[in-house]
Order: sequence, then structure tokens, then C-alpha cells
Amino acid sequence: MPEISKTTNILVCGVGGQGVMTATEILAEAALSLGFDVKKTEVAGMSQRGGVVTSHLRFGAQVRSPQILPGEADLLVGFEAAEALRWGHMLRPGAAALVNSGRIVPPVVNVGLFDYPDDPVAQMRTLGLAVYAFDASSLAQQLGNIRLGNTVMLGASADRLPFPAEVLRDAVLARFSARKPHLAEINREAFEAGRQAVAAAALAA
Amino acid sequence: MSASQPVTAPSRLFLSGNEAVARAVWEAGTRVAAAYPGTPSTEILEVLAGYPDLYAEWSINEKVSLEVALGASMMGARAFCAMKHVGLNVASDALMTMTVTGTEGGLVIAVADDVGMSSSQNEQDSRFWGRFAHVPVLEPADSQEAYAMTLAAFDLSERYRTPVILRLTTRICHVKGLVLAGERREVEPGGFQKDPRRWVMVPGNAKPRLPLMFERERALREESAASPLNFAVAGRDRRIGFVATGPAFMHVREAFPDAPVFKLGLSCPPPLERLRIFAETVDELVVVEETEPLLEGEIKAAGIACRGKDLLPSIGELAPDVLERGIARLRGEAAPEPEVVAPQQVFPRPPTMCIACPHLGVYYTLSQMRNIVISGDIGCYTLGAGHPWNALDTCISMGASMGVALGMDKGRGAVDANKKIVAVIGDSTFMHMGLQGLLDIAWNRGNVTVLLLDNRAVGMTGGQDNPGTGRDLRGNETPRVDFAALCEAVGVRRERIRVVDPYQLPVLFKALREETKIEEPSVIITDRPCVLIDHYTPTKPYEVIDDRCTGCGNCLEVGCPAIHVTRRENTVKASGKEVELAFVRIDTAGCTGCGLCVQPCAPEAIVHAEPAVQAVPFVRK
Ligand SMILES: Cc1ncc(C[n+]2csc(CCOP(=O)(O)OP(=O)(O)O)c2C)c(N)n1
Ligand code: SF4
Ligand code: SF4
Repeated sequence: MPEISKTTNILVCGVGGQGVMTATEILAEAALSLGFDVKKTEVAGMSQRGGVVTSHLRFGAQVRSPQILPGEADLLVGFEAAEALRWGHMLRPGAAALVNSGRIVPPVVNVGLFDYPDDPVAQMRTLGLAVYAFDASSLAQQLGNIRLGNTVMLGASADRLPFPAEVLRDAVLARFSARKPHLAEINREAFEAGRQAVAAAALAA
Repeated sequence: MSASQPVTAPSRLFLSGNEAVARAVWEAGTRVAAAYPGTPSTEILEVLAGYPDLYAEWSINEKVSLEVALGASMMGARAFCAMKHVGLNVASDALMTMTVTGTEGGLVIAVADDVGMSSSQNEQDSRFWGRFAHVPVLEPADSQEAYAMTLAAFDLSERYRTPVILRLTTRICHVKGLVLAGERREVEPGGFQKDPRRWVMVPGNAKPRLPLMFERERALREESAASPLNFAVAGRDRRIGFVATGPAFMHVREAFPDAPVFKLGLSCPPPLERLRIFAETVDELVVVEETEPLLEGEIKAAGIACRGKDLLPSIGELAPDVLERGIARLRGEAAPEPEVVAPQQVFPRPPTMCIACPHLGVYYTLSQMRNIVISGDIGCYTLGAGHPWNALDTCISMGASMGVALGMDKGRGAVDANKKIVAVIGDSTFMHMGLQGLLDIAWNRGNVTVLLLDNRAVGMTGGQDNPGTGRDLRGNETPRVDFAALCEAVGVRRERIRVVDPYQLPVLFKALREETKIEEPSVIITDRPCVLIDHYTPTKPYEVIDDRCTGCGNCLEVGCPAIHVTRRENTVKASGKEVELAFVRIDTAGCTGCGLCVQPCAPEAIVHAEPAVQAVPFVRK
């Protein structure tokens, strides 16, 4: 079992409907399988309707408060580019963000009330954050379904956890084998695709 | 609905506070559980519905759910009901008298305060009801405690024959943690004991029971003084000792791991003498409670010096960083500045209505009407107050659209003489509390046009069933309410009741124009289902033919999130007026082919996508 004296804080953010909560649930299952104490909390007011969703995951020897405070996240998994930027300040200075560069443009931007940031990823980098970005939405679509996006993002985070990537992959597969076995194989592919995409992004960066 | 069957064997489980409460309710041998949905408490009943051996129902409102629980308790059965904070306001009439009769089978009321207001019309501290009704209040700090205190609440309820309030907050309901769970035990109801002096609350019977209620409260004070749910955590830094309840206890432990803390689990009535002794062991006492200074006042009234809301906010959650700032103030230190990168300004992302939501057609139509006042209500359709429609003028409490509209009609002066008054209400909200308001409108001949949005779901809280869907909590078939017949029965004339398809904009527009002209109560019922529920079937999606799109932006006024702007251009019209054009595309993978945006598109640029792409709704649960 990995060292558990320190609490690990992972913040997952995105937009309602993207599977942020499910992804965090799977991360939690992976941590639980290793015997960590785990707490997971969501802020998702009316989230099924395209609002902002954040999910906080904390695990370690003993976890008290479920909330991650600004400047204390060890890893940010951003399911949408502008959302990653919105929550960038939650990261420890210099910590890594894994970002889906795909965009979900809300109606308030479409009707011209607000602007979408020109380049959220570049903006995060100017803040000194280590950002590894790739288009997970397109990748999911190429694999046949936009809803694979959350598995792609889980794959992307797999090599930055305080435990082996296989533990997370097994948690993904366990969930699908139990509930939707016909989707297990495609999720394995999505997971590996995310893992490779982020590795490529790291090389490029 | 919870997809998987809950585990029934004793085990170590990873549960949200809501799931933990449900688990304990089931284990406690509860026979009847009832609730009306409301964030953040909704999942409790959904999870309970998955457990065997108990009756679980969605009730039409919280008052009825509490009365159902009371009836079961009168039979000697264990009973439970759950609600969001504002639900207890609705149920309070029953509560304030059942505290006088007392209960028989254990009766637990879980009430979930939306501290931080993730999805509510207000923030309020339900612990006041414990004081007002003289009933005990338990405040868990995490899932494990939510589980244990639910079991303890049934025990307390039966020992003192009192309803017990289990006070949850959003940060309990929606946080997952590990829970060591046990097994269900069966509790056989003792049977109904006829006893009019106890159960028939007329003055002559109620009066002699009041002293019993106060005697019970005195005994509960002793219980609280001895209760293991109230305990001190030692700490070596005695400069400040904390008194903490609920999730704030975890936040105190996180922020000040070396400080002594007195944790209150059975916080009403508080164990004041134990708090007095604790206070003597520390230099300064600080009370940490969400949200009102309730214990603080009680502790001060007992002559124990303490600080609290002079340092900490009465609004929102007391997260560790909030506590650190408050305590820095007490110590006269500068607030700690964590090393963080600067937060960046990003556009807001308010919740939107779903792609193809039937409410879109209603709000598009309302937004095109002039000279109307729209009395709104609570549900997904409250979003009609936002962009692009701006077509909802009020939102107060469940069902208030009816009474408010009637009052607007009766109270209007000459300046508003020509205004049309429209009330908008959803099916579930209508049955919760709106029906009585409509009765009042009909009876008192209000000049109000009611739009009853029947989408066969409690959309706002995740698409639960209600009497309008013809299915109960467990999905079994039940009689379906006939809204048109119901409205007629309360006194709206048959000719003034119409059922329209909200995707047919001209039909809806015509109905609204005609009904608002006629000066008597009328009801327009829309009849298309919420897109999130099972029996919604998407059809062939649409796309925009680029060359035909003139950039007029009319389709954007429908407000469907599947329509995106591809580019903007400024142009000068023949009249000399400068306008901004917005050219669009439709996210064909999200579009469900409802056809709404096609109707305001003059150049017929929106056509069926070829070849048909399989529609994947953007927001399915
Ligand atoms: C007293 C009270 N109970 C519960 C709620 C939570 N709640 C808000 S709206 C709503 C019902 C919405 O259903 P409906 O009226 O059918 O509208 P829809 O969301 O389907 O459009 C519920 C349960 C509340 N706000 N207040
Ligand atoms: S959940 Fe249903 S009622 Fe609510 S916005 Fe979506 S489609 Fe409309
Ligand atoms: S037809 Fe238009 S309004 Fe309806 S779902 Fe498709 S894009 Fe949205």
C-alpha cells in the first residue's frame, strides 16, 4: 500500500451532464480498494441542467473535512477548458492540471452576454500551473460516444495518482463489468487513449 | 431512482449522508417512510424505495408526509419522513400539535438545511423547530454519524414518545464517507390504542398534555447531559476551546487539530452544565454552528461567556478557511493568506433548461407578449426568469404563484389596469400547494390566466413521479390525476380550460392571447413530458443550412442549449440601424428534434439532419 500519512486532494470539475460525479466516484472506489479513508463531496446546484459541477475527493489515513480549500488541490482534472480555468486557483502553486481542451459554450455566451476566454489553457499556464491539455471530447467521439469522455479523463489522470494506474483502470472496469458488461471493452480503450493522450501532451509541453 | 439494489448484509459501505440515513431507517425496522422530494434530501427516499420490507412513498407535500408518518406511529410502527428545510415550514402545523400528543412507534423527521444554498429559495436554520416544538434535535457530522444518529433517534423517540428531528445539511447529505453498517431488525407494531384524551386534540384534551410536554423536555435535558452523543475531544492548545455541531465539527478538527472541542450531537436540549465545565478548561470558548447563533444564545443565557457570530458568518458554510479567518480576528492576527494563484474571472454558467425542454416553448411565447405580469413558482420553469426569456416576475414559495397572482389582480391600481396577470406553475408544485391557491382564484373570481406546466415529472429534483404521472415511488401504476377535470371541479369553467402542446408555438400563443383577454379565471395546461424521464422519446435531429442562415438570431430566443453561435457580424440595416448578426449551428448529437427553433426561423434554414444521426441527449441521468 502506498504511503498514506498525507492526505491527497483531487478536484474534478466540469459541466452538468459530463459525468464528473461518476468519474470522481470511480476515483474514490480505487482509493477505497487500497484501504484509504476517503471522503467525496460535490457542489452541483441543479447540475443536470448544464451548470458548474465540482467534485472534491480526499483520501489518506484519516480524512476529516471533505472540502478542498483554495491552494490545496494536488491534482485538478478539468472536463472542460473554461471550467479548469475557473478552478485553477484550487491547485497548489505549481501543481498539475489535466484538462480537456474541448469546450462547452453556455447560452449566456451564445446570446452575447459574456465572452468565452480566448485560450483557457494558455491562461492557466501563465499562472504557473503545469497544464496537460488535449481534446478529450473529440477523442471520445472518435471512439464512438461523447459519453466516454469521463473514462478518457480518468485514463489521463491515471499516472498522476499516489497509486498505480492499474488500480484505477480496474476500478473503471469493475464498474462496467458489474453494470454494463458490453461497455467494458470500449471503456478500457477510452482509458488507455486518455492515458496516452496526456503522455503525448506532456512530451509536447 | 437508485439503479442498484442496496446492500442488505452487515458491511463497510461508502455512503453519502442520505444513503447512510436510509440504511439506518431500514435497519431500525421502520415500517413506513414518506417524503416529498427536495434538494438536498431527495435521495433518502429514493434509496429507501430499493430496500425490501418497508412501505415507502412520495407524498404530495411535506405536511402530508409527516401526517402519514404520524399515523403509522399511532399504530405503534416505526415511521420516518424526510424533507428539505423549507419542507418543515409546510409540515410545521402537524409538528406543533404532534409534539403535544407525542408519538407511539419511533418517529424520526430528517430535515436537510441547504446551507450554502446550492438549490433553494432561502437559507434557514431548522434547528429552531426543535426549540419551538420542544423536541430533540440530533446533528450528525458525517455519514457514519448520520447512520448512527438515525438509529439513536428512533431509540430516543420511543423512550420519550416524542418526534425527533435529525438535522442534516447539504454537506452531510451529499458527502460520501465510510460507514460501518449492521443488520435490519424487525419491530412489530404494538397496535393502535384508542385514547381520545391523547389523540383528539381539542382544548380540553390538549391542555392537560402541555405539562407532559414540558416534563418530557426536562427529562431530555438530563438525557442530553449524559448522552454519549455529546462529548469532549481533548486538545493541548487550550487557548481556544470550540463547541461545534454538524459538519462544522469536522471543519474545526481540520483547521485546529490541537484545540479542545466539545462536540454536540444531541444539541437540543443542550447539555449546558457539561459545557460550563468544559468552558472552565479553556481560555476562551468559541461556538461554531451553521447557520444561526442558536446554541450561542443558549450558552450565553446560561451565563457561560463565549464568542461566536461576532467572529463567524451567519450565512453559508463554516469551512476550515472561514474558521481560520474568524479565529485570526479573535487573536488579533492577520488573516492567513494561503499561497494560491489568482482566481480568474470566467463567464458565469447558470443552470439552463435542458435541450428540447417543453418549458422552452412556454417561455419563448411569454417573452414575446407585452403588458403581462408573470407570477412564477418553483421548479425548472423558474429558470424562465433568466436569459434569453426574462419572463418570470416572482418566485416565493411552493404554490405561491396562485395566491400572489390573485393578490396582484385584486390589488392593482389604475397604473396596472391593462396588465394581463399570468401565473406559471409546474404539475408537482401545483399538487404540492398550488391547488388550494387555484381554488381561491376560482372561488373569488380572480382575473388570472394559469399556465399549468404538466411535464409528468418533478423535473427540478431529478424527474420523480407524482400523482400526475400515474406511477408511485416504486414505479407501480396508480390512478393518474386528470388536471383538466380537477380544474373544472374547483370551479374554473370548462370553456376556460385548454390543453395545448407547448411545442406548437402558434397554438400556445393564440391560447394565451385569448385567455388573457377574457376577464375570468382560466387554465392552460401544457402536456409534453420532461426530456429527462424514461418515456420521453427523441426524434430526428435538426441542423442549420449555413447558406440559408441570415444571422437574425430568432432561434436563439428559444433558449435551447443545443443552438450555438458560430460567428457574429455587424451590419447596417436599410433603416440605418446597426444590428449584430449571429449565425448559428445546431449540436446535432444533442438535438432531440422537438422542432421549437424551426418555427421562428423565417428563411427555413433549420432542417432535419441527413442522414439521421443517432441522438444522444446531452443531459440524461
Ligand atoms: C417546500 C418545498 N419543498 C420542496 C422543494 C423542492 N422543489 C422545488 S421545485 C419542486 C417541484 C418541481 O416540480 P414541478 O413543479 O413539476 O416543475 P418541473 O421542475 O418539473 O418543471 C420541488 C420538489 C421546495 N423548493 N420547497
Ligand atoms: S429536467 Fe425536465 S423540466 Fe427540467 S429543464 Fe430538463 S426537460 Fe425541462
Ligand atoms: S429542434 Fe431546435 S429547439 Fe428542439 S432540440 Fe433541436 S435545437 Fe433544440
